[in-house]
Amino acid sequence: MNHALLLVEHDGRAPHPGLRRLLGAARLLAGRISLLVAGHDCQAVAEQVAHLAGVDAVLLCETPALAHAPAELLAPLLAEALRAEGASALLAAATPFGKAILPRAAALLDCAMVSDICAILDPETFVRPLHAGAALATLHNPEPLKILSVRTAAFAPVGEQAAAPIRPLPCTVSARCSSWLARQNVTDERPPLHRARVVVAGGRGLGDADTFHALLDPLAERLDAALGATRAAVDAGFIDNAQQVGQTGAIVAPEFYFAVGLSGAAQHLAGMRDARVVVAINTDPTAPICRHADYVLEMDVKEALPALLAALGPKADHN
Amino acid sequence: MKVLVAIKRVPDGNVPLRLLPDGSGLDLAGMPMRINPFDEVALEAAVQAREAGKVTQIVAVCLGEASAQDALRHALAQGADRAVHLVTEQTLEPLTVAKLLRALVDEEQPDLVLLGRQASDEDNAQTAPMLAGLLGWPQGLFVSALDWQAPQLQVSCEIEGGQETLALSLPAVVSADLRLATPRYLKLPQLLQAKRKPIETHDAGRFGIDLSPRLRRQQLCPPPPRPAAVQVANVAALVAQLRTEGLA
Repeated sequence: MNHALLLVEHDGRAPHPGLRRLLGAARLLAGRISLLVAGHDCQAVAEQVAHLAGVDAVLLCETPALAHAPAELLAPLLAEALRAEGASALLAAATPFGKAILPRAAALLDCAMVSDICAILDPETFVRPLHAGAALATLHNPEPLKILSVRTAAFAPVGEQAAAPIRPLPCTVSARCSSWLARQNVTDERPPLHRARVVVAGGRGLGDADTFHALLDPLAERLDAALGATRAAVDAGFIDNAQQVGQTGAIVAPEFYFAVGLSGAAQHLAGMRDARVVVAINTDPTAPICRHADYVLEMDVKEALPALLAALGPKADHN
Repeated sequence: MKVLVAIKRVPDGNVPLRLLPDGSGLDLAGMPMRINPFDEVALEAAVQAREAGKVTQIVAVCLGEASAQDALRHALAQGADRAVHLVTEQTLEPLTVAKLLRALVDEEQPDLVLLGRQASDEDNAQTAPMLAGLLGWPQGLFVSALDWQAPQLQVSCEIEGGQETLALSLPAVVSADLRLATPRYLKLPQLLQAKRKPIETHDAGRFGIDLSPRLRRQQLCPPPPRPAAVQVANVAALVAQLRTEGLA
């Protein structure tokens, strides 16, 4: 029976929301699943993840040196845990966290890995996007150890179960580590980009930061949406880097994606082509975004956005 | 400070991709190739640091087929002091690239290895952390700002929902996000001058590392196309459609 070890991303209080879908992917490959929760003071996380369906064991490694999850320590820790557990698969979500640690672990294990898998055809065959999502490659991976980073949005989430056992794992690794100095989070009452059901995104075509926000903020507010942007809009200073959607920004798969005043460069499409419903609002019907949209409203955004807001009416009152 | 910058030659991502209809791969006939944009940014960051007196030598290295030397000419024109070409016609996987780079690092002894965060064709983003792991060096990935205060580097790393600032003791591996630097526009005199500079060419097999791939690509195909968009006549029509889609 295949045994998979999953790296849990967390903030000390709760696991990253992608974990349920990562488990969904793991269950397609493995009959036995262990989770590694590493950090400082993260018992609470271990207790929560032990309740996720399919989890057979939670390994909890707590030590101050792991407080900010340095990849230099987490990679060898993962490699050791994998060997100790006799696991044959190692999975993480394809987030910046997972992408920092998993390849480093793969190198320590002398094992090729497959990144950003969006489908599992069989336990040795995976699909992944490349060329900014313009192509899908089907890869056969005959390595005895399957190391995979997962586009969690492509997999179904698991439910709950009775708690699996939590076992302490000593931290026996050391390394010349990076030192964590600070973290700057985008502070916003809006849902974070990677978990929003609706994303309202704007491009450079909106002109300037004031216009960008004047047009998009009210719609985002009305729809409880996250704000997204193209790289060009971010570089022009319309909104923080962290809201960039694209090949090197957030890769999102929301229920609804409003692409407002953006042309749909390949690098932007890479970040949102898996959205369920895409609405393009643009004055250029030949813009590439229109070929990747479900609905196109050919209208000046300065007219369209206020009209859209008015037509939607007030938010339903949830008492 | 000596910096090694690894660069890759990739198809130009602004030119529409053509796939072979039988699913066997890319149709590269007539496809313009260029230096991986992320590597170009990494190199620019190194060149700007040298111009500011923080870096003394920049060595650009490219692993690949004979024609990959175009990318090295670009690197020399952009400001690399030396260019090293490890030649192989074999398609290299990130782990193999990391092993080759490690062998070169052992010879060149740089203080910093700079790479683009990912190649714009394969989008793996594996080489930098793999190399750091093989070397046992600290890593800073998706770096959008770099403060060169030897013997440490302070890096701002793009993470989900924000940035994280790390201090890396040297030697270290850093992968560049697009924001790290804006590559300079290369003028004709620089490009012509670069043609006269030597490229140190070696067989990639010289280190005795197995270059063969471990993964096998079965097919390469376009993503399933979205059905043609509905052109809505006005906002009211759009809202009606979105309500049926469950927008509320």
